[in-house]
Amino acid sequence: MSDKMNVPTMASYLAEGKQPEVLFWVGCAGSFDDRAKKITKAFVKILNNINVDFAVLGTEEGCTGDPAKRAGNEFLFQMQAMTNIEVLNGYEVKKIVTACPHCFNTIKNEYPALGGNYDVVHHTQFLKQLLNEGRLKVEGGKFKGKRITYHDPCYLGRANGEYEAPRDLLRKLEVELVEMKSCKSKGLCCGAGGAQMFKDAEKGDKEVNIHRTEQAVEVKPEVIAAGCPFCNTMMTDGVKNKEKQDDIEVLDVVEMIANAEDL
Amino acid sequence: MMLDYLPQILFIIALGGAILFFAKNVSSIRRNINLGRDVDRKDHKNLRFKKMMRVALGQSKMVTRPIAGILHIIVYVGFVIINIEVLEIIIDGVAGTHRIFGFLGPVYDFLIGSFEILAFLVLVSVIIFWLRRNVMNIKRFLSRELKGWPKNDANYILYFEVVLMVLFLTMNAADYQLQLSGAPHYFNEAGIMGSFPISQFLLPIIDGMSVESLIILERTAWWLHIIGILIFLNYLYYSKHLHILLAFPNVYFSNLESLGKFKNLDAVTNEVKLMMDPNADPFAEPEGDEEEVPEKFGASDVQDLNWFQLLSAYTCTECGRCTSECPANQTGKKLSPRKIMMDTRDRLEEVGKELDKGNEISSDKQLLDDYISREELWACTTCNACVDACPIGIDPLSIIMDMRQYLVMEQSAAPAELNNAMSNIENNAAPWPYNQQDRLDWAKEEA
Repeated sequence: MSDKMNVPTMASYLAEGKQPEVLFWVGCAGSFDDRAKKITKAFVKILNNINVDFAVLGTEEGCTGDPAKRAGNEFLFQMQAMTNIEVLNGYEVKKIVTACPHCFNTIKNEYPALGGNYDVVHHTQFLKQLLNEGRLKVEGGKFKGKRITYHDPCYLGRANGEYEAPRDLLRKLEVELVEMKSCKSKGLCCGAGGAQMFKDAEKGDKEVNIHRTEQAVEVKPEVIAAGCPFCNTMMTDGVKNKEKQDDIEVLDVVEMIANAEDL
Repeated sequence: MMLDYLPQILFIIALGGAILFFAKNVSSIRRNINLGRDVDRKDHKNLRFKKMMRVALGQSKMVTRPIAGILHIIVYVGFVIINIEVLEIIIDGVAGTHRIFGFLGPVYDFLIGSFEILAFLVLVSVIIFWLRRNVMNIKRFLSRELKGWPKNDANYILYFEVVLMVLFLTMNAADYQLQLSGAPHYFNEAGIMGSFPISQFLLPIIDGMSVESLIILERTAWWLHIIGILIFLNYLYYSKHLHILLAFPNVYFSNLESLGKFKNLDAVTNEVKLMMDPNADPFAEPEGDEEEVPEKFGASDVQDLNWFQLLSAYTCTECGRCTSECPANQTGKKLSPRKIMMDTRDRLEEVGKELDKGNEISSDKQLLDDYISREELWACTTCNACVDACPIGIDPLSIIMDMRQYLVMEQSAAPAELNNAMSNIENNAAPWPYNQQDRLDWAKEEA
């Protein structure tokens, strides 16, 4: 596989008079956070590899406003939302895929009231669609038979009822999927949501991410699979705190698919 | 003779008084709930009705915790079905008859037999409930917010149930014995009315009692049972037990949208649209209706919440499933979604009492700070675990969000780190201090 990614922007597509099949909404974490950028790149490699026609907004993208809204700042949220909607509608975007459940939830559920109506999918749902259409092949590869537990991101799972797409992809990798004590609709939060990512936690006995990591460690996985850049950070920190980083990897589902094929 | 009708007259007075008092309490609840802001929950009538049948009547979410769930279903089914018998008791009480539905024959025997078995199962379940609350160390029954009245309230209800079931079975045992001994008014030509699979075991205890004593026993149990029910009906208003009635409307009016969809503040939308409109004249005279007092953003007190949230506060039965699923609570933070609901009800009751006295809603106390602390509000991760856990569609998260909105939009009182993140979003469209122009730099890096 070539190590050069092909990441066209909507602006370049417009200049050529083209419309991509899907807009890839990268999100702030996916754009700036070193760990999350790896997830972004893994996703792009897969899209490039199977020739999915996509584009990004690049420098025209801005925070969806999720943390602002959940911190209580409706004004800032709507400023962000309307700015983004203006850009998206300007490009006549129809379908959006994103690797961040927070961006996914906000654009899908909260943009329509402000004039932004798109078909929004999480990257695991998108990959599942590609799989069903026969465009993506996922086979065991290096994770075959490994013990994996999947951490449900709140904003993909409980908030939007998607529990199976990421698990289906993991099953395709022929892993040994084990569930934590709290999973699916009872999934325990990683501690980052509701703008907690950007502040210190209130006083308590322990951090939420440590609590969740303990649940994960209990089932002795080789990999904790995640579907959210913030969950990923929280679980990675939790695994380090438990000094388990040599035994347990924290990977996004899309990284596992890309790694399985050595992309 | 007037005296012959005395029991009936007394009964009608008791029944009428209980119903009047209950109606008065219902109207207080209605008034208090209507203090809330409006919210449209009258759409999708079919969907709402189906959800109510499934979740409230069908108890579909109760069994996610199998032990408590199954015990609850027994008590619930017992409560509903034994109430068919209360109908007969009321008719007998008003008309001075004895077992008016007895003419149903085998059907009646089956009904009374089922009521007895249910009464016994309810008795057993209620005793297990009491043990769970008072003897076994179940974490959700030990929380801070349950200390004092809430714990007593829960136990009083259980004691009530025990007493009612014992009275019901005692009444049946005495009645059965009276029918067997051919006592006038009780004896029935066509044979024994009703079947008594449980209370028959009480016969040895009352064996040898005279007909007069049996009648006194039967009448006493009958009267205490029905008066107990009427007291229980009126205890509801003061208790967490209102859920037996309000669970139905609460589920009906509950949120049907994805849990991740938080409500849009339309007042803000208008303002933001104006700001973003390049043709808008910032110095233009406000149009006619702009004279109104601008809407307060978010909630600092109960009347800033919507009526559904207030209905939920009355509906909450303090089971604590929300709190036991809450990640903040599990890790020792002060936040407890159950306490959010209990505080909302307590404050609403306080406001209601002021209104009863004909006073204005006093502003020296409010929901924020006097009941719910900022520390609780900021501990929430908005994960929706509490909302998903509630068996009757209560949404504590929506109250937390409304109160955060008040803190941030009316008081600019967000934690400092959040203010940093928000000013980053405002200045460079990301919660971290990176330049928006660098947003695509990752694509130029090594893959």
